[in-house]
Amino acid sequence: MITKRVIPCLDVDNARVVKGVSFVNIQDAGDPVELAKMYSDEGADELVFLDITASEQGRETMRNLVREVAKVINIPFTVGGGIKDLNDARALLLNGADKVSINTAAVNNPSLIKDLMRIYGKQCVVVAIDAKRNYDLKHRKNVIKTDKGRCWFEVYIYGGKKATGIDAIEWAKKVERLGAGEILLTSIDNDGKKDGYDLILTKAISHAVNIPIIASGGCGKPKHMLDVFREAGADAALAASIFHYREYTIQEVKRYLKRNNVIVRL
Amino acid sequence: MILIFDYGAGNIFSLKSAIERLNANVKVVNSLDESFDGLILPGVGNFDPAMRSIRKYKKIIEEAVRSEVPILGICLGMEMLFNKSEEGRLKGLSILDGEVTILPEKRVKIPHMGWNNLLISKDSKLLKGLKNNSWLYFVHSYRVKPKNKSIVVGEAEYGIRFPVVVEYKNLFGTQFHPEKSEKNGEIILRNFIEMCRK
Repeated sequence: MITKRVIPCLDVDNARVVKGVSFVNIQDAGDPVELAKMYSDEGADELVFLDITASEQGRETMRNLVREVAKVINIPFTVGGGIKDLNDARALLLNGADKVSINTAAVNNPSLIKDLMRIYGKQCVVVAIDAKRNYDLKHRKNVIKTDKGRCWFEVYIYGGKKATGIDAIEWAKKVERLGAGEILLTSIDNDGKKDGYDLILTKAISHAVNIPIIASGGCGKPKHMLDVFREAGADAALAASIFHYREYTIQEVKRYLKRNNVIVRL
Repeated sequence: MILIFDYGAGNIFSLKSAIERLNANVKVVNSLDESFDGLILPGVGNFDPAMRSIRKYKKIIEEAVRSEVPILGICLGMEMLFNKSEEGRLKGLSILDGEVTILPEKRVKIPHMGWNNLLISKDSKLLKGLKNNSWLYFVHSYRVKPKNKSIVVGEAEYGIRFPVVVEYKNLFGTQFHPEKSEKNGEIILRNFIEMCRK
């Protein structure tokens, strides 16, 4: 039986791990290579690095960092953030990333998904979808009932700064058709708040496609992971601050999940 | 020297690092013009482009299999050893008889991505020291169907039960990625390196 995956996410800015609340308010949380090695040794199922550096110089730093991380870990390793084209993706894959995660570039140029898939195979292509609830329902197809009223899920790009008007459910189906191997789904509403994942969003996307979904945004305790696996059909759950600030270790989270009958690698 | 053949598509660095951590001499190559004590066909890329880059070395690989030089095909690297694959139009290396088909899409999510337990079906040189039900990391959409069932030494279950480790003399194939499978993967790579040293 395949396990559910527990994935620590490292947001990296200028070679330091940082973590913000709802995509702003960034705080320093440590050395990325050290943290990566620690998580790998502790039993993380995968690692995700998101490069939030804006500068070109920062990109180069990131490539070197990816190489340093790939030298010391032996679990799968996804790198995303700022990938604009095939060349950016290639540079990361050649430096030791197993998968690349694309977001803004995929929205601006969906054929990038297909191009990546053709060269590197589906397994390399993660499409990150940052979604936010929108309660303005004019002409909307995928309207979903929530505790706060009826809404649809809108795709955001540029690190949560720009709304696109694109429906996240339709977009998820499209990226699957184009050749994405996995979707990294982040709830902008819940990100950094530690109140749990957006279960309604995760469930809607998980039902719409037949590729694995990594749920992200809002994990504050192991129970939140249990909920997103059990109630929303996520295949993997991503978390940042609960691990970085040592509120819980990976092992603690996994033991909790196992006690609650979730299949995990322990 | 262990060679890793690079089809020019994707992350070879992790595999190279994993072998180096086990203190073996390893080199990434894009031709097979030099001699080798072991050969690894890695598991990143797409069937047709990868076949295009390696098919001219079919004879060299066949000769290595005959003289029992250890060869390890990982994921796509194993799939290419067979006659053909539903992922591509080109012919495979046809070193092992059988074909490669897509996993049963209706029942499970594709790709099969994540950690799954290995069901060891018989004694194997490659899996020596590995416990039954060990967790290994998979990421693939296709599966191999060897004609000769006796080469299958390990299976996994995902929608259906299917072969994930094949072994024929010193030719080995794994559907999972040992270089991404933490300590269990290390056991397998160490076994392979040991065979290359003999």
